[in-house]
Amino acid sequence: MTATPPPGFAPLDTDGPGAPPRSNGELVFAEPWEGRAFGLVVALYDAGVFTWPEFQAALIARIAAWEAAPPPGECWSYYQHWLGALEDVLAAAGTVAPAEVTSRATALAHRPAGHDHPHPHPHPH
Amino acid sequence: MSQGITPEPNERIPAPLRTEALEQLLTERGLVDPTVMDKFIANYSTNVGPLNGAKVVARAWTDPEYKRRLLADGTSAVKELGFGGPQGEHIVVVENSAATHNVVVCTLCSCYPWPVLGLPPSWYRDPAYRARMVREPRAVLAEMGLELADDVQITVRDSSTEVRWLVLPERPAGTEQLSEEELVALVTRDAMVGVAKVVAP
Repeated sequence: MTATPPPGFAPLDTDGPGAPPRSNGELVFAEPWEGRAFGLVVALYDAGVFTWPEFQAALIARIAAWEAAPPPGECWSYYQHWLGALEDVLAAAGTVAPAEVTSRATALAHRPAGHDHPHPHPHPH
Repeated sequence: MSQGITPEPNERIPAPLRTEALEQLLTERGLVDPTVMDKFIANYSTNVGPLNGAKVVARAWTDPEYKRRLLADGTSAVKELGFGGPQGEHIVVVENSAATHNVVVCTLCSCYPWPVLGLPPSWYRDPAYRARMVREPRAVLAEMGLELADDVQITVRDSSTEVRWLVLPERPAGTEQLSEEELVALVTRDAMVGVAKVVAP
């Protein structure tokens, strides 16, 4: 395994002569959760929870499985596979079991409607 | 989810909820710090991007010695400018010219040199783009707005975990008097993937 340097997050200008190339980029994340899923992987990789090849292999396996037998009516979603690969890697390492994710997600699904929408009035829901 | 087949329970829960659940569990375990994570996301979506790649290209256009190093060892030359990190290993740079054109694809998944090109655009991750670019690059490039003459030799570069291709686009005529900084502004992500050319202002 080659030693990986710390992520090269250079403090670059966000405007000036270099700005135009960015304007030809399309939306990077179609929905906010895709950004969170992306961030989780980069943060865990950075913390050394898994190696990049481990995640890469899981992602390739997820995509290959989907392409071999695309579920009827299901659209291609890159980040769906990204998230699946993350869960696979964490499950294999015993870090987080899929059942735990399911039960937590189920609990989150039962939050009252509007829980994440700020209200102009002060009363709690 | 009504076709008689019951999906696995974990696949039935919408991805946004699973992601949120995962983030909570990992945060509780001290494996993820949401504020650090926010910074990573912001860096990738605003700071790291085609700009890094554009700086590499502009340096190569203006410094023949750097260009030589870049073509000989992409990873090291890119690192020289301070760009590296996940998916920045094994960068191989190929040069486009009037006679030869390289275009990058990843048929396996979507390997992509993040530190120089940021996150891959949505079409790059589309299986149709990946499959068709290999079969009929000239037609796909034309559909994307890049008409290449019949005598231009097209090479499709398939990125993998071993090699991440980066295209060094041809410096457009009429830019001889521009500074390196001014050139940076001309270089687009699409040109560095090889689905467009750089045009003079």
